Amino acid sequence: MREIKADVAIIGAGPAGLAAALSAEREGAGEVLVLDRGEELGGILPQCIHNGFGLHRFKEDLTGPEYAQRFIDEVKTKRKIDVKLKTIVLEINQNKEVLATNSEEGIFKIRANSLVLAMGCREKTREMLHIPGSRPAGIFTAGLAQQWVNLEGYLPGREVVILGSGDVGLIMARRLTLEGAEVKAVVEIMPYPGGLTRNVVQCLQDFDIPLLLEHTVTFIHGKDRLEAVSVAKVNSKKEPIPGTEKIIPCDTLLLSVGLIPENELSSLAGIEIDPSTGGPVVDERMQTSVEGIFACGNVVQINDLVDYVSQQGEVAGKNAALYALGKLEQPKRVINLKKGRNIRSLVPQIISAQGKVSFFIRVKNPEQKVKLVLGKSIFQQKNPIVKPNQMITWEVPFEDLRLNDDVKELEVSIRKL
Amino acid sequence: MKRTDIFDVIIIGAGVVGACIARFLSRYKLNIALVEKEAEVGFGTSKANSGVIHAGFHDRPGTLKANLCVTGNSMFDKLCEELNVPFKRCGALVVALENKELKILEKLKAQGEKNKVPGLKIIRDDDLFQIEPNLTRRVKAALYSPTVGVVSPYELTMALAENAKQNGVRILLDTEVKNVTFQDNGAKVVETQKGVLFTKYLVNAAGLFADEIARMTGDNGFTIVPRKGEEYILDKKRKELVKHVIFPIPQRQTKGVLIIPTVDGNIMIGPTSQVIDDKFDLNTTGKGLQMILEKVRKIVPAINDRDIIASFAGLRASSEGGDFIIQPSAKIRGFINIAGIDSPGLTAAPAIAMMVAEILKGEGLKLVQKDSCQPSYRWIKFRELSPEQKEELIKKDKRYGNVVCRCENVTEGEIVDAIKRGARTLDGIKFRTRAGMGRCQGGFCTPRIMRIMMNELNIPLEKITKRGRGSNILWGKTK
Repeated sequence: MREIKADVAIIGAGPAGLAAALSAEREGAGEVLVLDRGEELGGILPQCIHNGFGLHRFKEDLTGPEYAQRFIDEVKTKRKIDVKLKTIVLEINQNKEVLATNSEEGIFKIRANSLVLAMGCREKTREMLHIPGSRPAGIFTAGLAQQWVNLEGYLPGREVVILGSGDVGLIMARRLTLEGAEVKAVVEIMPYPGGLTRNVVQCLQDFDIPLLLEHTVTFIHGKDRLEAVSVAKVNSKKEPIPGTEKIIPCDTLLLSVGLIPENELSSLAGIEIDPSTGGPVVDERMQTSVEGIFACGNVVQINDLVDYVSQQGEVAGKNAALYALGKLEQPKRVINLKKGRNIRSLVPQIISAQGKVSFFIRVKNPEQKVKLVLGKSIFQQKNPIVKPNQMITWEVPFEDLRLNDDVKELEVSIRKL
Repeated sequence: MKRTDIFDVIIIGAGVVGACIARFLSRYKLNIALVEKEAEVGFGTSKANSGVIHAGFHDRPGTLKANLCVTGNSMFDKLCEELNVPFKRCGALVVALENKELKILEKLKAQGEKNKVPGLKIIRDDDLFQIEPNLTRRVKAALYSPTVGVVSPYELTMALAENAKQNGVRILLDTEVKNVTFQDNGAKVVETQKGVLFTKYLVNAAGLFADEIARMTGDNGFTIVPRKGEEYILDKKRKELVKHVIFPIPQRQTKGVLIIPTVDGNIMIGPTSQVIDDKFDLNTTGKGLQMILEKVRKIVPAINDRDIIASFAGLRASSEGGDFIIQPSAKIRGFINIAGIDSPGLTAAPAIAMMVAEILKGEGLKLVQKDSCQPSYRWIKFRELSPEQKEELIKKDKRYGNVVCRCENVTEGEIVDAIKRGARTLDGIKFRTRAGMGRCQGGFCTPRIMRIMMNELNIPLEKITKRGRGSNILWGKTK
């Protein structure tokens, strides 16, 4: 079998992988190899033709393809970055060996000094929700519908109900309306929307699309093609309330009920997975539990904004390059972070407590006037509001904490001011 | 369809039984048609079968079920070898959770031995928990049956039909039988929505609709009672949960809710058993899922509903009497009814085919061996090849290097092969190749598969269906 050598091999050429590649190259890595199963660079961004990308990073309001293009253009100027598209990775292992295949080269092995996992995520399916009923044509995940409309130029159906108010679902409500379909309702089981507030306003309210909060789809009707869905109000335990059920005729059901980090490859390498994020446990350098394997973006945890994904990609790429070059110092000490009050998930989960660390946090419950408590230290932000549907970032300068050397664990929590 | 066609044998229903009969008869010098109302073979009851090849200890001695199950079971190694269909004799355990159930295990063992089921023994304690460590320690003892196996029921049905076709059987899909009449010369006239077919011998293997076909001929001798079963499939990452098919103590009408290590490497839990009126009701229900989870967790507590990646429901074509009905019509010579084929129908299917051939012979059909018949059927299964074989294949045909379905690692080459084998629908591709059957359920690969179908079949994307008429995937082009 043919073997290729690389300083840094990156799996996935979406925003995380591209940022990691550029950052690894900047840090001086000799050969950076990016692998992706898609036909073009950019991951999911080429199908995200709406705007709202890059507000943090570029202070500009870009579309998905525009945001991706900035990275793609730069990657193409770098001689040391090699890209293999239409290439699927079959296996990885702890020795940072990658088994991959494509039509042109067949099966080949890559021996890398360090690896960056940037495989992104997939959508939850109807089956994971256990919605009872039949199995007709006309049920799509929101991202698949987006691919059909924006990349392939086909409309999935004419009368649409959307289950879940995640961002992709909200964006698709507007997109399908603009394409002439009737979006009859967006149904959300929680008492608050799943996506960003700006998307609720711009994609639903501006088009008079009803958002049914604390409702869910309880049954799927239709033999060949979808004919209707039953929708009911739910109680505080999220169980349908008898008597509130109504039937909404429709030929299409979109699901926007959440994303799952794609870590099947990570598991092959024995990388430790955090059940609360669904992604690898990482330290502030984005190194996983296997030395020399780094991870970034939605494979680590689901991000709301691509800007955060790029930021993590840069950290992972830089440290992967340093590792490959033998320059990455092992930390003097390691502190495990424990999830405290109102913390659903937290990245990084392990820190060495040097310099500044950016935390990416999801909370369990909406709260106002809050502070971040780390061990005994308190941090405040200008806008002290937290919501489960919005990831919060918090930069913590560890020099200021003056932690004792024997600290092995710190609790992170959100508390009332 | 030419009006002048006169067949020696027409088989109505391309489920596993019809396909087995067609393949068995294809070795003889006969002009045979296999007629199916669905868009693909196996798309009725067979595709929703749980895939268990039973040993034969569940059935009362002397019944057709007992005899044909034991004979059928013994035929599966050769059958699946010939057809390139994966089959695994994983063995089974019937578990007793209460001391009072131990007697039932003894009774099942005695019944099995009477039916000539080999290798039955009762095991307990370390012998049991060593081979099946995830069983609850509450299990008192289990009946071990080494000859129970697992197979993919749709892969088997499709391979049977495709091999029959290779040997000259005509397969008429999307062809629903509307009426059956008889001519004085003994010929049977089969009216379909696509035209009229003539045949000397007619085999009714119409599954759920076998009673309706019989009634067309004036035979009201039996009624099919649809009995629904829901099944739930767990992610492959939980495949180590059990290694044997796990049965509870059987109930009066059913074998109960099973835990099945499928031949594809998933764990499947189910089925329910619910008598219903509607022969088209394939709904899964919240109640069904809850009932299954409750029952299987009593035996293997580690089963978690979060691991479910797919679910489906199927209808068993049960007869009122309980046993298989396999007999020539009392009134009309050359017309055979095969009805009430519920569990263990899949296991019995190859034995049923032999029995039907004997009945046809008794009715006057001449069975003369063809000079050449090809019992072996092969196609490429990329994921089963060694790395060296894969490389060799990609060198010859690049399309085998292009992985389309990333969850199940199915290549473009295999999808093209599936279309050449006869797939016409998205589900037809899925059931032949597993593309779209993994954890993302086609979320990424559906457009790519449909583009390949568009090119190979030369049809527009909006005409592609999930499983036949009316189940189109797309509405049309955007403006």
